[in-house]
Amino acid sequence: MKTFTNAVRKDILKMIHNAKSGHPGGACSCVDILSVLYKKVLNVPVEWANAVDFKNRDRFILSKGHASPALYAVLAHCGYFSKDLLMGFRILGSKLQGHPSSRVGLPGIEVSTGSLGQGLSIGVGMALAMRLDNIKSKVFVLMGDGEMQEGSVWEALMNANNQKLKNLVVIIDKNNLQIDGSTNDVKTLEPLDKKLEAFGFNVKTVDGHNFEELEKVLLDAKKSNELTAIIANTIKGKGVSFMENNVSWHGKAPNDEELKKALEELC
Amino acid sequence: MLVKNLLEKPETKSPRKTYGETLVELGGKNLNIVVLDADLSCSTQTAMFKKAYPERFFNCGIAEQDMITTAAGLAYGGKTVFASTFAMFATTRCLDQIRNTVCYSKLDVKIVATHGGITVGEDGASHQALEDVSYMRSIPDMRVIVPADCNEVRQVIEYAARTPLPMYIRIPRTNLKNIFDKDYKFNPNAGIKLRDGKDLTIVTNGETLYEVLSTAQKLHEVGIEADVLHYPVVKPFHHLALKASAQKTKKVVVVENHSVIGGLGSAVCESLCHYAPSKVYRIGTKDTFGQSGEQRQLMEFYGLTDKKIYEKIIKFMDVR
Repeated sequence: MKTFTNAVRKDILKMIHNAKSGHPGGACSCVDILSVLYKKVLNVPVEWANAVDFKNRDRFILSKGHASPALYAVLAHCGYFSKDLLMGFRILGSKLQGHPSSRVGLPGIEVSTGSLGQGLSIGVGMALAMRLDNIKSKVFVLMGDGEMQEGSVWEALMNANNQKLKNLVVIIDKNNLQIDGSTNDVKTLEPLDKKLEAFGFNVKTVDGHNFEELEKVLLDAKKSNELTAIIANTIKGKGVSFMENNVSWHGKAPNDEELKKALEELC
Repeated sequence: MLVKNLLEKPETKSPRKTYGETLVELGGKNLNIVVLDADLSCSTQTAMFKKAYPERFFNCGIAEQDMITTAAGLAYGGKTVFASTFAMFATTRCLDQIRNTVCYSKLDVKIVATHGGITVGEDGASHQALEDVSYMRSIPDMRVIVPADCNEVRQVIEYAARTPLPMYIRIPRTNLKNIFDKDYKFNPNAGIKLRDGKDLTIVTNGETLYEVLSTAQKLHEVGIEADVLHYPVVKPFHHLALKASAQKTKKVVVVENHSVIGGLGSAVCESLCHYAPSKVYRIGTKDTFGQSGEQRQLMEFYGLTDKKIYEKIIKFMDVR
């Protein structure tokens, strides 16, 4: 798994370097979550829409759409599309848009996101549709912690509980940083676990970089009949020493030298 | 096409009730239809659908942003989705959700907004959506329809249910006068001529259509003959009927229960400047907010009754 996530992180940094823009910090913080999801938890056919059983797939929504390079790299490394496409990230005409786009149609991309605070409501709607159609799979939504400052997120949490959804799993990539600084300084979310519990969720807190912990909690959530929220404590920029916990790497591309240094660390 | 003795003894019907009834009929035939509301189901009449098919109705509470994005999720899940609340909250409150989630991904979400226009009445400015058509019209891949009577409302909702694209359908709070008879067929791909004249073209839709037909009769009585064009589909704008009429009359008046900025008047100007440059006079609410008042008094105050439209057109014709 470590080999896999290192390869993914290297590609993320190469993509952002090549595009001269992107969000390395929040992408690297959720790489381990995404990797465990796609390699161990989600039932999403690699043939994508060509799969016979396509409608019964688990759904994954990257609500924090700016972490798109992480999702693209994980999908490519899992075989949903060619790794050759990765360097098209953010380039004119590419299906690897700056933020995920279901409009342009890239295998593995369920929904369009980018404007924060909307993925969870989309997930609730999808979960309702699946319940109506008696589809037994689950909807997983990955959110950023800063994103939870959007009021519509709490509308969606309320709705999920009100609809008694049993097929929705919310994962929060809690890296404690947002563009303007620490989430606690900008607009605190604490106590996040208690707030989520008060909204009717079964809340689990894990180390978002521990593969075993992630696998267990995500598989448990998949089996569970309760509305689950997983708070994954993560480090923004995880894997590259000079990016870790450094908010200046929220939305900045590494230059040639920084990329070289980062890639050496990820060997 | 038009009901007989239209201008003498018009019958009226609630477009909201028609909407609710049509949803129930369609819901019986198409099990894929789901309906959402944001705590106004008794007012928008989606409560009728809730009563008939409770498992396919979702009340999102007073949370319009959540309603629109949940609607998007249901559409991603393959459902044909109708989402309703007042036009004010259905558009301004959740513009980002409509643009970035519903329209960008071309989802099968129909926003059927009630209480469009100044005729919301006593609730006043905070509830009078005068810019909603403008907002919706500016979003790529959004279709915008403003029907004029209940027969047309029914046909527009039926059209929406069989057309898997984002759509904004605006109906007023007021009862609408029955304009179209049973032979009328809503055409989503054309403006429709309802009266033939040579002196000017009047373009309208929604609740002002009746006023315009009455105005045209008054103009006829003083020797001015107007082409009356009904444009329920504001977007995509189908220019042919307008072009032909404007090339004939060279003078165009647009009447709408909406701001003169960005609505049907703007759509007409955008089309004419390309296809048939003409003198255009836009009648609607000016660049202003509404206010409380009785519905007809508000129509009068903002110059949208047949009498006021007539006076304005007479002045406009003198300017020629």
